[in-house]
Amino acid sequence: MAIAKRELVGYFASPVAYVFLVIYLLLAGFFTFTVRPAFFDYGQASLITFFRWQPWLFLFLVPAVGMRLWSEERRLGTIELLFTMPVTSWQAIVGKFVASWFFLVLALVLTFPVVITVNYLGDPDNGVIFSSYVGCALLAGAYLAISCMTSALTRNQVVSFILAVVMCLFLILAGFPPVTEILSGWFPPAVVQAVASVSVITHFDGFQKGLLDSRDLLFFLSLIGFTLFTTGVILRGHRAG
Amino acid sequence: MIKVESLTKTFGSKVAVNRVSFSVEKGEVLGFLGPNGAGKSTTMRMITGFIPPTSGRVRVGSHDMIEAPIAAKRLLGYLPENAPAYNDMTVYGFLSFAAELRGMRGDARKRAVHRVVETCFLESVLHQSVETLSKGYRHRTCFAQSILHDPDVLIMDEPTDGLDPNQKHEVRQLIRRMGEKKAIVFSTHILEEVEAACTRAIIIDRGQIVANGTPEDLKQRSEVAGAVLVRAAGIPAATFAAKAGLLPVARKAVPVPDRGNGETVRVFPQPAGRDGALARALAELAGREGWKLEELHTEEGRLDEVFRGITKPETSRGGN
Repeated sequence: MAIAKRELVGYFASPVAYVFLVIYLLLAGFFTFTVRPAFFDYGQASLITFFRWQPWLFLFLVPAVGMRLWSEERRLGTIELLFTMPVTSWQAIVGKFVASWFFLVLALVLTFPVVITVNYLGDPDNGVIFSSYVGCALLAGAYLAISCMTSALTRNQVVSFILAVVMCLFLILAGFPPVTEILSGWFPPAVVQAVASVSVITHFDGFQKGLLDSRDLLFFLSLIGFTLFTTGVILRGHRAG
Repeated sequence: MIKVESLTKTFGSKVAVNRVSFSVEKGEVLGFLGPNGAGKSTTMRMITGFIPPTSGRVRVGSHDMIEAPIAAKRLLGYLPENAPAYNDMTVYGFLSFAAELRGMRGDARKRAVHRVVETCFLESVLHQSVETLSKGYRHRTCFAQSILHDPDVLIMDEPTDGLDPNQKHEVRQLIRRMGEKKAIVFSTHILEEVEAACTRAIIIDRGQIVANGTPEDLKQRSEVAGAVLVRAAGIPAATFAAKAGLLPVARKAVPVPDRGNGETVRVFPQPAGRDGALARALAELAGREGWKLEELHTEEGRLDEVFRGITKPETSRGGN
């Protein structure tokens, strides 16, 4: 689709994309091998230290990728061109989302050296690694869809970035063990569980254990679907005045 | 080609466009005039389907913009106000992207891009990024985008805004030429543009149409339309005016102090004095008195005067 292609070409036409990729890969490596308990501390062939940090890395990097998607269109006024072309707003929203998602998946794919390393050093469960990657991709997609939505809210990229980070942070913290422990001191277990169930961490954990659970898949896909739908509603709202 | 029926748009309690109706056929160039904030851009945005109307209908060709937006948008080319374009793309990249959105592929796309690049004189900046373009080139790039698919209907919001006089002239010529085969609507607040390029003009004020006609019709509504300017060597304006005012075909004669060393008189006609009768009578008068005429000229009426007369000054504030 033309919109997705333009968006993707746009990423690589600007140095921002390369800066992003380098920062992401450096940070991923840093957290995996340096922050304790680090990769070698475990003494086992697993990428648990690599995947554990992804939700936190993505927390800042994904909104940085998504923040300009709609705010830039609105700031430049090109949204007026886009929406007077014979394309539906769905095609435009999904096209932009898919392009950015593809870019993020590419960033993930570029982490392949850690997979090679761990396979060289030992005999890891590659099924678990694969499902963890799937979980990462879905997590990135969910954050990205949220960034899409916040970017439709404002012309200002910085505002869009901060809103997205806050919303994603909330989705992490709702299921982050230290937070759930505090909550369980105050509320009955059912409430804690309900709160935790909206968290991306809860659903991300399943993938890290090597489980491709349809409920977790459904959670991420419906989160993406819902936020993209909201993006459409917000954009329509701006035009209706 | 375009049919607009009691189009209305309200923003909160403010009525931006109030029951506007008109239609434009192929071969017509409609000039959309009005002070800033009169609702020109809002109307155009509704016609192009960018914003939904609060009520009313827009038909483009045989398609309703609300019910069949994609089919209607296919027939449209649109140049939005301020000529937006993607800063991070080259001119060529931008135009091929627009062509692709218009559903053109492969060779057809290359041909279309090539054609508009030629029409809009963009060869020299073809591989330059949009961000680095001067305002004139940027404008032409966005204009090129609007005619890629050779649309039957062309909507342009202030197409000559920010261009230098030569470029303005070029764009007007282009509009005129294309107007022979298309239905064109363009907005402007430059009145000479209407005379230069339009077959019909609509004046809109505070969201409502206040005048609709050919530029000639509109000029007729001017106070000075049909008045005769006259000047005789060495005859004071007051003397000439006193005699001229007595002519049966003249309604009144007033001196015009700031013109022709104070000797010029403007004579307004009675209905019987139109079509040259007043000018003839004045020439005869001068002959009888032995005055030497240095000027005798029937005025056409001025669009800016009509414009000022029917658009109230308090609307001149606000956005667009």
